[in-house]
Amino acid sequence: MTIQEIQEEIISDFSVMGSWEDKYEYIIQLGKELPLIAEEYKTPDNLIKGCQSRVWLHTELKDGKLFFTGDSDAVITKGLVSLMIYVLSGHTPQEIAAADIYFIDAIGLSSHLSPTRSNGLLSMLKQMKLYSIAYQAKINQQ
Amino acid sequence: MEHIANITTGLDIAQIRKDFPILQQQVHGKPLVYFDNGATTQKPQVVIDAEARYYEEYNSNVHRGVHHLSQVATDAYEKARHIVAGYINAAHSHEIIFTKGTTDGINLVANTMSRRFLKAGDSVIISSMEHHSNIVPWQIACEEAGATLKVIPITEKGELRMDVYESMLDDTVKMVAVTYVSNTLGTVNPVQDIIALAHARNIPVLIDAAQAIQHISIDVQALQPDFLVFSGHKIYGPTGTGVLYGTTEWLNKLPPYQGGGDMIKTVTFAKTIYNELPYKFEAGTPNIAGSIALGTAIEYLQQIGLPEIQQREEALMAYAMQELRKIDGIRFIGDAQNRSGVISFLVHNIHPFDMGELLDQQGIAVRTGHHCTEPLMDLFQVPGTVRASLTFYNTKEEIDKLVAGVKRAASMLL
Repeated sequence: MTIQEIQEEIISDFSVMGSWEDKYEYIIQLGKELPLIAEEYKTPDNLIKGCQSRVWLHTELKDGKLFFTGDSDAVITKGLVSLMIYVLSGHTPQEIAAADIYFIDAIGLSSHLSPTRSNGLLSMLKQMKLYSIAYQAKINQQ
Repeated sequence: MEHIANITTGLDIAQIRKDFPILQQQVHGKPLVYFDNGATTQKPQVVIDAEARYYEEYNSNVHRGVHHLSQVATDAYEKARHIVAGYINAAHSHEIIFTKGTTDGINLVANTMSRRFLKAGDSVIISSMEHHSNIVPWQIACEEAGATLKVIPITEKGELRMDVYESMLDDTVKMVAVTYVSNTLGTVNPVQDIIALAHARNIPVLIDAAQAIQHISIDVQALQPDFLVFSGHKIYGPTGTGVLYGTTEWLNKLPPYQGGGDMIKTVTFAKTIYNELPYKFEAGTPNIAGSIALGTAIEYLQQIGLPEIQQREEALMAYAMQELRKIDGIRFIGDAQNRSGVISFLVHNIHPFDMGELLDQQGIAVRTGHHCTEPLMDLFQVPGTVRASLTFYNTKEEIDKLVAGVKRAASMLL
């Protein structure tokens, strides 16, 4: 699936959830279920420090595609991190750098991407884009 | 339980809540429950009107024009200074300096004090529970002077170790700067003793009253701080306003902070003669509308009555503590005997951010995070707390909603 198709799938999943409780219970479940990152990668280098919750991000390039793993100490953030990774992981740096991320807004959680919330998610998305641009530059040099 | 019944006595809260237009709204489809008063308080209509009226009717620069509007604006601005002076019982209104807020006031004192009176080998005392705004300016001052910043430790309950404080007061100490009420723990510090002990050694004291001025009656002539600072927006006034109180003696001793218009008497390229107090510290066009509206906010508070407000807030606080204690897995960060305004807590191992987010979904506004007191969070070894801060317009029903909301969030997160 393309990045856009994955976002559409998530939006469609969320559209059937009626109440705020359903939506958050789903995100919390995602956060609880996913052992997102190997402990060895929870290094200060991989820490994206937000004001409220901490987010770790690890990036690997395999066969021309970027793979992300991540974690957070807040479970709602962790659920959103797992959604973001689900959308962007396994695509080429070029696709990631060019991607328009609109699903967070569409599922009614836009405040999570506002700088005032500073929960690390916005910084994580920026970091993912920066990595993809850097990897793309590296690929272009080869 | 008798004191809880008192919550309804004295003040007509239903009527008072109508004075605050913002409290009438819904958030996420639920009536707003505002428990973030420690961050900023809401504004009564009279304050909003006072600010608007300045721009509608007499907007003009102060202390300058000979024309009518300038005189009206100057009179209103100076009246606000008198109102503030009266509220804290300052001996002279020129001891009231209008600032941008608490942070601005502390920076003014830290900067000017250190330029004239702080040298290598000296020290400044603050406490472990200071807001960043009462840490960083002193760090900068000490760094530039080659002085040392010393920190009064606290107990597990979040109370100052006064015995240690006393032993810290030696000849190197040139300044003591402590908070009256902790913005994170709610601890009310024994500022009277702190000042008396410092004064016994001729050491000046700055009191950060940002979290006290709206809850506790302050008489600067009785308390005798050398400096006392607070923000207008935490006492129902506009943002970007604040007050530095200083004794005439100290304000005269300090050099000017910022240079510019209004703070001068005469200027030549060779030498400038500075203006007298309070104008010496009010360079440039001040926040005229804001300061006037801050005066209105204080008048509003005085009309309701600070003793009545204090009584109601104590009863609300007691009820909130009693009800929150019943929540399974709750622990309080700071459990001081003498507390005001704020309650910091955590439930089981739930991240404060998760709790805050799910409370927000229920229309309940609390603060989550480190509350600009990172060293304090490190001491308690927590990433942050959930902070509910109350004021007199809050109700028993709102506390019940908070407790139910915390339980609801915990059941979803655990």
